[in-house]
Amino acid sequence: MKFAILTFPGSGSDVDLYHAIHEVLGQEAEYVRHTESDLSDFDAVLIPSGASYGDYLRPGALALSTPVIESLKEFAASGKPVVGVGNGFQILTEAGLLPGAFLRNKGLKFRSGNTKLTVQNAETIFTSEYEQGQEISIPFAHEYGNYFVDEQTITELKNDQRIVFTYANDNVDGSTEAIAGVLNEQGNVLGMMPLPDRAVEEIIGGTDGLPLFNSIVKRWSEQNVSQA
Amino acid sequence: MTKVNVYVTLRESVVDPQGTAAKQALQAIGYDEVESVRIGKLIELELEGTANEIDTRVKEMCDKLLVNKVIEDYRYEIEEVAGK
Repeated sequence: MKFAILTFPGSGSDVDLYHAIHEVLGQEAEYVRHTESDLSDFDAVLIPSGASYGDYLRPGALALSTPVIESLKEFAASGKPVVGVGNGFQILTEAGLLPGAFLRNKGLKFRSGNTKLTVQNAETIFTSEYEQGQEISIPFAHEYGNYFVDEQTITELKNDQRIVFTYANDNVDGSTEAIAGVLNEQGNVLGMMPLPDRAVEEIIGGTDGLPLFNSIVKRWSEQNVSQA
Repeated sequence: MTKVNVYVTLRESVVDPQGTAAKQALQAIGYDEVESVRIGKLIELELEGTANEIDTRVKEMCDKLLVNKVIEDYRYEIEEVAGK
């Protein structure tokens, strides 16, 4: 399975994603620069964290002016999996591929550490390797982690089980309904503020992020390898 | 040359932690009459074009990039810059 890892000026966790996919999962991974405009060769797209364009204007906003975003929209519309973590989630909301927007953390501070998440929906292509309701520990690092969605959208998200992860114990940064990760309507685009790519080996403090990537690969293998 | 000032503010339904902190700070130094503080941003554009063109284009710029309408509202003022 071949993953594209998008890189923008200021992207940070692109190397972490590459390591997770290539070294840990043993799958193919390739960096795709913001100036490129063809994603047709890939089976999945990952958008890293970091502060693309230094968070100028709004986090994720200036990435919208790049050629790769148009191809990302086509890629997402084709139904193939897209995951944005941290700033990648912010880019997905700014691009209109996921609902909502990001505000500065409620406490006005950049925060980082490990956070406990609850898997609210284990029946997505990104979470099938987790148990429903499972509690997992995933690192995070953000200043604009306060996810905002209006009341009408919240109702839709709940009705369609599109809230995938919530903060289990503390929602310090003030996200609506303690949301940490959401899906698009079609179920093939996931955005999450915590960083699963930083929890893929015991030596770096845990492997709770691994099932997310394994879910994607398993789903792809079922659809592509078994037919061969 | 025309100058356009775009004022971007958080929507009323959105809590503004920066504004709340600034309000508490103002009250702490004796300005008890302050009931609310909301902090926004000012974007200054300088551009060429007829008044009509500028109106249309600035609206587009706000909708496409400068403003995120999920959390923000905006208004703008157009002024001629003399001697430029």
